[in-house]
Amino acid sequence: MSDVSRDTMLLTTPFHSRVEAMCDLNDWGNWMGYTTPNAYFDIELEYFAVRSTTGVFDLSPMNKYRVTGPDAQRYLDRLITRDVGKIGVDRVGYAIWCDDNGQVMDDGTIFRLGEQDYRICSYQRADDWLAWNTLGFDVTIENESEAVAGLAVQGPTSCTVLTLLGCTDLNQLKPFGIAHYSFEGRPLMVSRTGFTGDLGYEVWVPPESAEALWDQLFELGRDYLIKPIGSHALELARIEAGFLQANVDFMPAEEVVRVGRTRSPFELGLGWLVDFKKPLFNGRSALLKEQEKGSRYRFAMLDVEGNKPAEHSFILKGDKQVGTVTSAAWCPTAKANVAYAQIEMPHGAVGDELVAEIYYQRELHWTRLLAPCKVIDAPIFKSPKRWQTPAPPH
Amino acid sequence: MTDYDAIIIGAGHNGLICASYLAKAGKSVLVLDARGEPGGCASTREFAPGHHVSDCAQWLSQFDQSIVKDLDLKAAGLKLGKPKATISLQSDGDHLVIDGDTISGAGVDSADQAAYRDFKKMVRSFAKLMTTLYRSRPPKLVEQNWTDRLTLMKLGLSLKLLSREHLRDLMRIVMINIYDVMNEHFSHAALKSTIALDAVTGTNMGPRSPNTVYSYLHRATGEHLGQTGTTQVLGGMGAFGQSLATAAEKCGAKIQLGSSVTTIAKTDDRITGVTLDSGEQISAKLVISSADPSTTFRRLLGYHQMEAGMAKRVECYRSRSGTAKLHLALSGLPSFTGLSETQLTERLVITPPMDGMETALNPMKYRELSDLHIFDISIPTIEDPGLAPQGQHSLTAIVHYVPYAPDIGWEAGKPQLINQLISELEGYAPGIGALVTTSELVVPSDFEASHGMTGGSWHHGELSIDQALMMRPFPGSTQYATAVEGLYLCGAGAHPGGGLQGLPGRNAAKEILKRGAL
Ligand SMILES: Cc1cc2nc3c(=O)[nH]c(=O)nc-3n(C[C@H](O)[C@H](O)[C@H](O)COP(=O)(O)OP(=O)(O)OC[C@H]3O[C@@H](n4cnc5c(N)ncnc54)[C@H](O)[C@@H]3O)c2cc1C
Repeated sequence: MSDVSRDTMLLTTPFHSRVEAMCDLNDWGNWMGYTTPNAYFDIELEYFAVRSTTGVFDLSPMNKYRVTGPDAQRYLDRLITRDVGKIGVDRVGYAIWCDDNGQVMDDGTIFRLGEQDYRICSYQRADDWLAWNTLGFDVTIENESEAVAGLAVQGPTSCTVLTLLGCTDLNQLKPFGIAHYSFEGRPLMVSRTGFTGDLGYEVWVPPESAEALWDQLFELGRDYLIKPIGSHALELARIEAGFLQANVDFMPAEEVVRVGRTRSPFELGLGWLVDFKKPLFNGRSALLKEQEKGSRYRFAMLDVEGNKPAEHSFILKGDKQVGTVTSAAWCPTAKANVAYAQIEMPHGAVGDELVAEIYYQRELHWTRLLAPCKVIDAPIFKSPKRWQTPAPPH
Repeated sequence: MTDYDAIIIGAGHNGLICASYLAKAGKSVLVLDARGEPGGCASTREFAPGHHVSDCAQWLSQFDQSIVKDLDLKAAGLKLGKPKATISLQSDGDHLVIDGDTISGAGVDSADQAAYRDFKKMVRSFAKLMTTLYRSRPPKLVEQNWTDRLTLMKLGLSLKLLSREHLRDLMRIVMINIYDVMNEHFSHAALKSTIALDAVTGTNMGPRSPNTVYSYLHRATGEHLGQTGTTQVLGGMGAFGQSLATAAEKCGAKIQLGSSVTTIAKTDDRITGVTLDSGEQISAKLVISSADPSTTFRRLLGYHQMEAGMAKRVECYRSRSGTAKLHLALSGLPSFTGLSETQLTERLVITPPMDGMETALNPMKYRELSDLHIFDISIPTIEDPGLAPQGQHSLTAIVHYVPYAPDIGWEAGKPQLINQLISELEGYAPGIGALVTTSELVVPSDFEASHGMTGGSWHHGELSIDQALMMRPFPGSTQYATAVEGLYLCGAGAHPGGGLQGLPGRNAAKEILKRGAL
């Protein structure tokens, strides 16, 4: 996927010829140096494909690092905040990693492919940090971002479509499980993972298989209303489902230049991923101190009154500004107006009643709206299908 | 229950000083050293039959006198020679003599003398300021507490007490290099290079390298620490180490020599003790290391035992050295053109003009031997005849710049370099070569092997502003504590740095006691 496209200086993914052909809106964005569609034909319809049938999202630009060698597990245990030993072979774990100050650098998924064989799938480029982390460990890190193409195949009919493709007994695969198949003589790996909060899978193949995979998926999925989705539709789904996004809901610690703009796991509501039982991991001592002293911020999910998305809003408690919104959307399935906010302590506990100061514009006319909102304790969209095994038939 | 309150790795002067202060405060302390004698780089060795030399450090010029008093080192046997003048040898025999604030010879005129006095006055006021910082733990960059604020206030006050011109000058010159500063103040070439020599001694830098002003001021603190000039220690530098060992034992510390620490033991998130090469394990509440930071963290603790950001800092910590020692056993007293016999006991230096110093440095960068060197010479046997067989003498010289690993290798490189160095000396002391009965060149990698400091580095890591003061040895492990619970630093790799100063050891002990870490 390394060819520089003729029209742009951005890279293209192995699915590009197919993506381009389907991208009716010709609406492109730059995702980590790759040209990727913001939307194919209609954001809302794409979103509804994920919620009602199957949506396909090209996630090839994600960074993939293979970690192998006798110390692979020990290496990862020092790198990430959770206990890597709890991720079995052919399982995936959601993880975050911090710098020595206990500030979140990125989140991602750890795929355990063998006893001492892992793949880190991350949003940010992490070559430098992963390389520094090898000091003192017998591990090899290989950036296989370009050697692995990936599609997220998400939605209620996704299992059926993938089964038609040859993923036998896929309905038996548990959430966060990995299954291995072959596709046209090459390996195809499926993980029951995703960013949408519903039944869904991610499919991983060598780049040579990419175009054929896309063609067959859309061919076999036609009756199941399979649709390609762009990043805007995915954004809607992930906000509804409660997933954070690096560079949006927090700044990766390594990219921050201003003091105080980084966030710790506790400040992002990700304390459950921090396992102090491990004697050593990056950020441990700083996080222990934070636990003692208290955090500066709290991550809050807000249910905002009205239907105006609280994008970039200030959050008020009485007259006092206590926070700002990082992500916001009107969520069509949950029929709720959701916002993620960073709230200064001690505000923002579940049940806290706050006000979002929303500015919106219609035909160059700006309106200021003070919308009451409430801190909720869980994502607004909850699909039982996400956790059911065998995967429910649609 | 642990075997000791504290284990100190390294019986160098800093380790012994730290041990003494802790033991004086009633703590049980064990000092371990791989070497057979105490003192670390303060060591004496018989390198030829009957010839004993200070085989690493040779001058005592910046030792903190409050330590001499606190530990009663005189009673412990410390005897110093007379303060020495610095004589910068010139090929025509008309040498430049620097004695305190006066300079003479080598055609210096009254303008040079006045400039020198002004320069010294300025340096003295800057060095005084640094001494304030040196005698206390370095303030933290962020999150200061009251002690740090007090230090900063003292510093602020001292800064205020500087005249406005001096303050402006300090801000300006501390980041530039000694080459430019010399050219601003002086026109006399030999005067410039002789001062510049003090700025590059023990570093891996040439006069044009940034940070050389800082390293010059570092050496200039000696005057404020109560030391009067450069001296030799009677009995050789090892006697200094020995006196510190005697004092430490008197304070109640236990010293165990010939015991190399192989690992610093850690369970969960705390240091528990050390393991020796014999396999013996010894436990303690704290481990305080005077081994250099690279040895301490990389070799003894291990990168896998620390957070990755810290491992990165250790890996990036610079500890190269271009400093070697030349030891010559002489069948008689050499004669130097233009020097009287009594002058032979002074500190003799040979340096090309500043441009030549840079030229002398260049080959080192490319792992080659130079044909031009800088010498800092002592003939200790004049003041202390017992160090050599009767009628014979030894010459020891600190020599710059010598590569760590020359491409031709040291087996071929050493004889070649020894010949080169002796022939350079012949230019000032004709006939000296014929007096040489034994010669020895000790290169940085030899020091690494014999004295245990990574890269053979004088300061246990380059003393540059990015690795100094509140950043020494690196952020996250300052103020003698490290990011690893229970592990402290007390050697030259800690604030304020290297040289026989004693402050890292003293400050570390004070900090540990103040924190109530024991
Ligand atoms: C060539 C040369 C010439 C110098 N000349 C002068 C000079 O003239 N004047 C001056 O003031 N300074 C001089 N210095 C600098 C000065 O010698 C040092 O900065 C100073 O001695 C450092 O003291 P220290 O106690 O911190 O460490 P050291 O004296 O280095 O002591 C550290 C001790 O730790 C021990 N150790 C290390 N690892 C282990 C282990 N794993 N187990 C057990 N023990 C261990 C070592 O054996 C050593 O004894 C010179 C340095 C060099 C290299």
